[in-house]
Amino acid sequence: MCGITGCINTDGRPADAALLESMVGLIRHRGPEEAGIYTNKEAGLGHARLSIIDIACGQQPMSTQDGRLWITFNGEIFNYLELREDLVAKGHRFETRSDTEVLLHMYEEEGSACVKKLNGQWAFGIWDTKEHKLFLSRDRLGVRPIVYTQTANSFLFASEVKALFADPSVARRVNFKALDQLFTFWFPLPPQTFFEGVFELPPGHSLTFQNGKTDIECHWQMDYTPDPIGLRSEQDYAEELWSILVDAVRLRLRSDVPVATYLSGGLDSSVTTAIVKHFTDRRLRSFSVTFDDPEYDESSFQNEVVRYLGTEHQEVRCSYADIGRVFPDVIWHTEKPILRTAPAPLFLLSELVRNAGFKVVVTGEGSDEMLGGYDIFKEAKIRAFWAAMPASRFRPHLLRRLYPYLSNVQNQSDAYLRAFFRVHPGDLDSPFFSHLPRFELTAKLKTFFSDDTRDAIKGSDPVSEFAKRLPVDYPKWDRFLQAQFLEAMYLLPGYILSSQGDRVAMGHSVEVRLPFLDFRMVQFASKLPPSLKMKVLNEKYLLKKAAGNYIPASVRNRHKQPYRAPEGKSFFSGNFDYVADLLSPEGLGKGGVFNSAAVSMLVQKFLAGRAIGVKDNMALTGILSTQLAIDQFIHNFNAKTSKEPHATTRSAVKTVCDR
Amino acid sequence: MQPLEAQLKQFVIDNFLFGNQNGFKNDHSFLERGIIDSTGMLELICHLEKTYQIKVQDSELVPDNLDSVNRLAAFVLRKQAAETMGASASAS
Repeated sequence: MCGITGCINTDGRPADAALLESMVGLIRHRGPEEAGIYTNKEAGLGHARLSIIDIACGQQPMSTQDGRLWITFNGEIFNYLELREDLVAKGHRFETRSDTEVLLHMYEEEGSACVKKLNGQWAFGIWDTKEHKLFLSRDRLGVRPIVYTQTANSFLFASEVKALFADPSVARRVNFKALDQLFTFWFPLPPQTFFEGVFELPPGHSLTFQNGKTDIECHWQMDYTPDPIGLRSEQDYAEELWSILVDAVRLRLRSDVPVATYLSGGLDSSVTTAIVKHFTDRRLRSFSVTFDDPEYDESSFQNEVVRYLGTEHQEVRCSYADIGRVFPDVIWHTEKPILRTAPAPLFLLSELVRNAGFKVVVTGEGSDEMLGGYDIFKEAKIRAFWAAMPASRFRPHLLRRLYPYLSNVQNQSDAYLRAFFRVHPGDLDSPFFSHLPRFELTAKLKTFFSDDTRDAIKGSDPVSEFAKRLPVDYPKWDRFLQAQFLEAMYLLPGYILSSQGDRVAMGHSVEVRLPFLDFRMVQFASKLPPSLKMKVLNEKYLLKKAAGNYIPASVRNRHKQPYRAPEGKSFFSGNFDYVADLLSPEGLGKGGVFNSAAVSMLVQKFLAGRAIGVKDNMALTGILSTQLAIDQFIHNFNAKTSKEPHATTRSAVKTVCDR
Repeated sequence: MQPLEAQLKQFVIDNFLFGNQNGFKNDHSFLERGIIDSTGMLELICHLEKTYQIKVQDSELVPDNLDSVNRLAAFVLRKQAAETMGASASAS
């Protein structure tokens, strides 16, 4: 895992090595072990390396033997050994054992189509010195990031936005359209980012830049073609699921450094940890987050799994103040506002992992999206079932099955439970039926927007904008699959894999590997009948069946509890200067995005201990993270970056200059 | 002392609308306008019980009693009257 950067000049200037060094310097957390720069008379690539495979010879940027193609690569190609064999058979010669070199030869052999054969998590740029062409590609589900921008005389790309801002000619401005989307969906719709003029390459896409022109193409799109019910037995599906998962884990243990696992106490990470334990002879280390606040703590389940599997386990215990303390650093890494604090404990966890001497962890992320685990799927199912017979007295009783861990929901009277979850006329016809309650709740946070922000987003309609991007076949899919698509193709890359995944892990130079997002698992899940994902209301039914006694029965049978972290209390329990400053009328006025009077009322509500609901907590987290993003990336970027520990370590950068 | 409706309206504006009145009226449904969610219900009940010294029974947690400023005011008055009568009945 690494950090990548690049710059292509369009005005005849040679590549600026100093700029590339600054770009790499700002993302050295992604790869603190080595750094390299390649420059020629028009283009340059940069690389910060976290050495995992072929530690001695895998330095980057790397070129083909003839020096025509140069690559900077972040990620892993898990099937590189198999691909390498094919290439050797076709006459390719290799100088290293690295997957980077395999990728380079794959591109040499097959051009842009080569990405279709990759099983991995990747973001890379290849500069073709003969064609004067840049090729960028991002993995199917967006595990690894790439952002890019264009100035009057150059095209720049990088793993993270902060590297683009190393070029002072790149404007640093809020993208209000993206802000509006973020305060509706939890993420901006790609290619938008929180910053105006900065774009992300959407998951499953490649980009070419040649002669000043950018061309983006989709190399993969999720498609659901479920088998007819009864085509195969449940047992048959369960066995195939297990064999794919075992192999996906096996491939992810390919590494020249030891691999550890994350353990949440839930089904998915217990399964991945169990497979690592049972199917490898490695000494297994596992890591978890625990909380002082029992509402969020899952340590009893974690301990049960640790005992059952016999892992060597370490945990980081999170207090409210811990979350408040690291929150500014977390936003420095997420590079966009977040509405939940859940990334913060994972940032602390990656620190623990790194300090324990590990830089690769296997996690259970992606299972809920692929195999049907989320409560939002269950909620949609119950609401649709009730809407089919609105007069039924029995059907709304199922609402009690939702959110057993949320006392605010469970304490409602029947009348109000029905009122909160009722289906409005027209909802069933919406392509976003499953997600409308989430969108509506989140959009309420816009009540805190300032008049200027309201003016800036006047006329924008995020939901219609989203609807335009849905695939042609989307309306034909089962409603359950539609909900899965929205989670897998949007929330997963836009929040889970980025803010809660890559960014907070790489913040401490830790790479996450996700067996549930192995391409073969994604293909398998796309053919699985929805009734085997959530059987009636039993989520991830087939995974539980497949896992059997590899995990404790109590973990297999427990109700899913989504990973959450404390919010409001985290910010008001430590006298943090940044909280006071950024939420003060002056701080809010400077940020310009929020209405100071409204935010003051929210803060008073928190200080009085009356802000207990999801909406108020999301609002506070969203406001504070937006303020931090503006403060760190727009107002005080230069002051902030001058303090970054790796920004100035240029002496360690190896430079190849090709004139 | 403000009239009861004005007090309740102010509570809703401060607590749920954060000052953004946006044409909010006393007969507007909290549910229809998405003003109160499941947590908001608990906040509202706590406020009523604390401020007006009433006890809200589970069976009374229905939109007919609680879903607008006007309904809230009527409910509070009914409850206060009933509880005062109950108190005087037990005192006599």
